[in-house]
Amino acid sequence: MSKVKAGIIGSGNIGSDLMVKLTKSDTLELTTMMGIDPTSRGMQHAKHLGLEVFDNGVDGLLEQPDIVDIIFDATSAGAHIHNAEVAKKLGKQMLDLTPAAIGPFIVPTVNLGSHLDADNVNLITCGGQATIPIIHAINKVAAVEYGEIVATIASKSAGPGTRANIDEFTETTAKGIEQVGGAKKGKAIIILNPAEPPIMMRDTVHAIVEEGEVDEKAITDSVVEMVEKVQSYVPGYKLRTEPIFDGNKVTVFLEVEGAGHYLPKYAGNLDIMTSAAVKVAEEFAKNRLNVAAK
Amino acid sequence: MSNQKEIKITEVALRDGSHAISHQYTVEQVTAITKALNEARVPYIEVTHGDGLGGSSLQYGLSLTDELKLIESAVSVADFSKIAVLLLPGIGTIEDLKEAASIGAKMARVATHVTEADVSKQHIETAKELGMETVGFLMMSHMAPVEKLVEQAKLMENYGADTVYVVDSAGALLPHQVTERIKALRQELSIHIGFHGHNNLSLAMANTLAAIEEGANRIDGSIRCLGAGAGNTQTEVLVAVLDKMGIQTGVDLYKIMDIAEDIVAPILPKPQEITKDSLTLGYAGVYSSFLLHSNRAAEKFGVDSRDILVELGRREIVGGQEDMIIDVAAELAKAKATV
Repeated sequence: MSKVKAGIIGSGNIGSDLMVKLTKSDTLELTTMMGIDPTSRGMQHAKHLGLEVFDNGVDGLLEQPDIVDIIFDATSAGAHIHNAEVAKKLGKQMLDLTPAAIGPFIVPTVNLGSHLDADNVNLITCGGQATIPIIHAINKVAAVEYGEIVATIASKSAGPGTRANIDEFTETTAKGIEQVGGAKKGKAIIILNPAEPPIMMRDTVHAIVEEGEVDEKAITDSVVEMVEKVQSYVPGYKLRTEPIFDGNKVTVFLEVEGAGHYLPKYAGNLDIMTSAAVKVAEEFAKNRLNVAAK
Repeated sequence: MSNQKEIKITEVALRDGSHAISHQYTVEQVTAITKALNEARVPYIEVTHGDGLGGSSLQYGLSLTDELKLIESAVSVADFSKIAVLLLPGIGTIEDLKEAASIGAKMARVATHVTEADVSKQHIETAKELGMETVGFLMMSHMAPVEKLVEQAKLMENYGADTVYVVDSAGALLPHQVTERIKALRQELSIHIGFHGHNNLSLAMANTLAAIEEGANRIDGSIRCLGAGAGNTQTEVLVAVLDKMGIQTGVDLYKIMDIAEDIVAPILPKPQEITKDSLTLGYAGVYSSFLLHSNRAAEKFGVDSRDILVELGRREIVGGQEDMIIDVAAELAKAKATV
């Protein structure tokens, strides 16, 4: 089976984890790493894997535009602006893992089908990828008036980018809860916990559903079904307990253990981002191959 | 101790006390208390949801009244006192801070867990740009060694904080631990140093005096102990004690006693005392706002609230993780059922 060619911009933790995941993909062939520091661990590893390595970032593609079809941007919101322009000029599909959010928000289990041909999609945030599927699952059964999520991550798994601009997390996630999850109003909170050994990522979803009879069983079933779907690409994603009901308030406790590919297992927050991105890219790739076959 | 010391008090009952009344403040209450505190010449009055700007949530408790309305009404009756707001990055945002500044808040207190000061950079810098006085608030200070605390306080100083507080959110610090912390900060920092205590181990006053002895000159108090857990250093008592020590606060003692007795006491659902649960907060080193949440969880799941708190302390849960209370309570209930 032919594969769709993929490239990564950014050779840090996220880029390196993507590298490991993409080399396991059946539909994507990782060809290129676009970084800026040729001595970095990620760039060295890319060379070792035999990838095409550019140390002038996305601009390297201008010389050899045909070596990728899909690009993952694992840099920063600021850098993404230029990266997105180049990708658009060259007609490449862009998966944005930064908080830039130029393109529509995407969550694989919720709205992947609506954006198969989009030139730029945004993966929201780690907290968004972990909780928006649950908000959506509840909303399918009972309209969510208000959805609030609390993401608690190990201090060690919060990189300098997240720390320097933590409002981006709360604001972007809240928007995602509304736009993709379907809640009328969304709110997000993030907490960093420095305990040693580092804690697994935990997410709590609080939802207020519309007044009236709350069908607890239907909501629970919908949530459980959704958790299974997310598990198909993030095996360490799980419910800590059954959903808890209190009148028209539903609370769901989640834990996300990372796959431990490049990043440690406690960094489920980073793993769910890279796993979601790969899942989206694989669907994009399948779609392209199908279209090509027709 | 020199007799020339001047201490500036921040009254926190209208923020920290919000926890004790499940965030049910009304405009009338806030206006009456602020007006009286202003007349008693309290330099700073903090008004926000207990978890700071944007804290109104299912996680921490929804505010009865929009906090911006509370801040606005406090500002409207305070011509001497400056109104301060608390902001926890990760909960509140720069947008919230700008709104608070636009309606007259003059001091921004930016709070992080004691090891996570770097998330406060943007917020402290923005507060500075907005012309606000800035405070870095290092919560759960008992959880980090002194060197770590100093390192984190220096970060906040570099971001532009005018003051850095040692915040004993759990009321877990002992006087000698306060002494070593404030002493180290006094040696390493050139800005004001503050102390925020909780009375869970009946040490708020002793700890405050230890902090002042080592050079802290910004102190938080809650009138009638209206703060989370067993409350904070009791403001009217602090004013009297410091007066006897010859330390100036500028606060009118009789007036602040009257406010405590006539305006604040009637608001309290019950008198603030050190109950077995608030004692356990200090003993186990747990964030004081967990008190009412763990009481409710204990009832719902049929377990001892002290067991919940001790387990939370053992797991090194930090401020803001109220969702862990239910999680732990459910686990304890399950374990109990299988015995």
